[in-house]
Amino acid sequence: MLDKFLWVGFPYTALTLAVVVSILRFVWKPFSYSSLSSQFLENKQLFWGSGLWHWGILWVLTGHIVAFLCPKQILAWNSAPFRLYLLETSGLIMALLALVGVVALMVRRGTSSRVKAVTTPMDWVLLALLLLQVTTGIDTALRYRWGSSWYASNAAPYLWSLLTLGPRPELIQPLPWLPKIHILSGFTLILLIPFTRLVHFLVVPIFYYWRKPQVVIWNRKGLR
Amino acid sequence: MDIRSQVAMVFHLDKCIGCHTCSIACKNVWTDRKGADYMWWNNVETKPGTGFPTKWEDQDEYKGGWIVRNGKLELRLTGKGKFLQKIFYQPDLPTMDEYYEPWTYRYEDLFTAPETDDQPTAIPVSKVTGEYIDIEAGPNWDDDLGGSALYARNDPNLEAMTDEQRLQLLSIETLVMFYLPRICNHCANPACVAACPSGAIYKRGEDGIVLINQKVCRGWRYCVSACPYKKVFYNWSTGKSEKCLLCYPRVETGQAPACFHSCVGRIRYMGVLLYDADKIQEAGVRPDEELVTAHREMLMDPFDPEVIAEAKKNGVTEQIIKAAQNSPVYKFVKDWGLALAPHPEFRTFPSLFYVPALGPVTYSVENGVALNPTSADEIFAPLDQARLPMSYLASLFGAGQEAPVRYAMKKMMAIRTWKRAVTVGDVDMQVALDGLRESDCTPEQAEAIYRLTSLCNYEDRFVIPPSHREQAVEVLTNPLEKKGAAGFGFREQPVRGA
Repeated sequence: MLDKFLWVGFPYTALTLAVVVSILRFVWKPFSYSSLSSQFLENKQLFWGSGLWHWGILWVLTGHIVAFLCPKQILAWNSAPFRLYLLETSGLIMALLALVGVVALMVRRGTSSRVKAVTTPMDWVLLALLLLQVTTGIDTALRYRWGSSWYASNAAPYLWSLLTLGPRPELIQPLPWLPKIHILSGFTLILLIPFTRLVHFLVVPIFYYWRKPQVVIWNRKGLR
Repeated sequence: MDIRSQVAMVFHLDKCIGCHTCSIACKNVWTDRKGADYMWWNNVETKPGTGFPTKWEDQDEYKGGWIVRNGKLELRLTGKGKFLQKIFYQPDLPTMDEYYEPWTYRYEDLFTAPETDDQPTAIPVSKVTGEYIDIEAGPNWDDDLGGSALYARNDPNLEAMTDEQRLQLLSIETLVMFYLPRICNHCANPACVAACPSGAIYKRGEDGIVLINQKVCRGWRYCVSACPYKKVFYNWSTGKSEKCLLCYPRVETGQAPACFHSCVGRIRYMGVLLYDADKIQEAGVRPDEELVTAHREMLMDPFDPEVIAEAKKNGVTEQIIKAAQNSPVYKFVKDWGLALAPHPEFRTFPSLFYVPALGPVTYSVENGVALNPTSADEIFAPLDQARLPMSYLASLFGAGQEAPVRYAMKKMMAIRTWKRAVTVGDVDMQVALDGLRESDCTPEQAEAIYRLTSLCNYEDRFVIPPSHREQAVEVLTNPLEKKGAAGFGFREQPVRGA
């Protein structure tokens, strides 16, 4: 029963809420749809925190997505130990950068009195969860050096099974508790996307590359 | 031709007394809110000085405005290629320390302090943290400090000057200062609009006012860095950027903006300019020495039938064209060549122009008695002996070129001399008339300039056409759809939790 809830009920709840509430918030509360940048208030610590965190987690997430999209190729790549170590090591380095970043962000939020003035409890919940997510990921990488193969052989098909509405929790059940926590906190983070400042990554301004430099809006109908 | 109308401005610096009434009027109407309390959409700076935020003119530091790269205009901040690199951390963003930390005083302590031998005091506390604050800077702490080591010496415009001139500006016997009131320039080629990743900033087609849509703004802060005049501000409480909106609710109803209306020295003029938007790119890539001319060539003659026809095609109404023909701004900028845009080398083509300040009337005094002067040079020191070197004004208003500044200054001096000859009579009239001719001015023009400078009433200074809100799109939508939405904007509290 618990397994059903953890690996089927909870993920579906998280994914559904993430999609639905993200859309509702975009429509109903567009004003709130961003992160609340505090660089204006504190600059120096943010350079290390935000920079390391974002670049680190960006590469780690890209790895997860690539392995999710083509798990077979990852397994083939990992079949030679040297290539497995190469993948694991580069992933680990990026994750360590993200870890340093998230810790720096927490230290900053805890010490700078100006940043404290714009900090909400949810910011702390989010930072704590991100820390948990990164540390469980790193711990998995350190203890089980074939973690990336597990992801390709078990987690990726499991995620696909969720998306194709034929959930197969049995793929996750045999895993050790550490990657299990990693997966659960991952879904918690997905659940939190629409309720926190995480929405900012849904509005990453890629359209900037296509638009004309100047924006002119005419009030009268029928004109540009 | 793509003729658009632009609500444009002239600030006559000769009349500015630096009283900050404009700043207070704006502050009380727009920025007396949490997160906006440090903003001064309108501020008055003492020049030479560093300004607000400190050293805003130094684009090596802030990367504002446009540059020409391979014959094309590109934002100095990013260019489209490298803009995502800066998204996690903006290296060019000014922080609160470059402005100042807003504060208030714990006034209630004066009433609630327990009885002691000492008088109770109201200590300053930060409006950000609420903690005690040791105040080190304020928005106008350079006020009147021309020549100071902290402010005047660090003015970025001093770089264009010789050591001798710098020494002159910084020594106590020869120092000089004037005031520079600043608001958003509502540029024809705004860098903030071009830099906004979300496309939240836009220029209104009808009047050219530049606004930020608070619902679309995602707080990436590129606009703050990209504006070379540092007139977009980041609200640290709502996480959105804000800027001067030229009091558009007032302008739409034919009233002058709050800072214009309250101006004690009556230095501010507002009127319509018709400009050719097709010329912006072409004018923007011209070399520095041609920028002032290129900008003026963009501003079209409102009496030209071809211009009028093209303007009407763009929906510019008869009344707006009439206002453009009557525009004090067009007269100061185009007809008379007296008003100059600040830092044209930023290539944003501001819609705010400044008439530079002249030196004071001088008297020679011998044995405590003021001598009766007989020539203009004795009353008004010649241009090249002016305390404020032309090179300084050229750096501020001429993209480093002295010619347009000299033209304006020379003309104003000639008008002064001529008016002196007419009203006081202690200057030779022939000399005065020669002076006018040499500075490209006729007695008729001199009279017109004199009247619009000195005897200008409200209607002369502000020629604001009706904005025809009845033709706006929202009139064509069902008002019941907007029921409960308060008409304008939105009613959501600007409070951020997550």
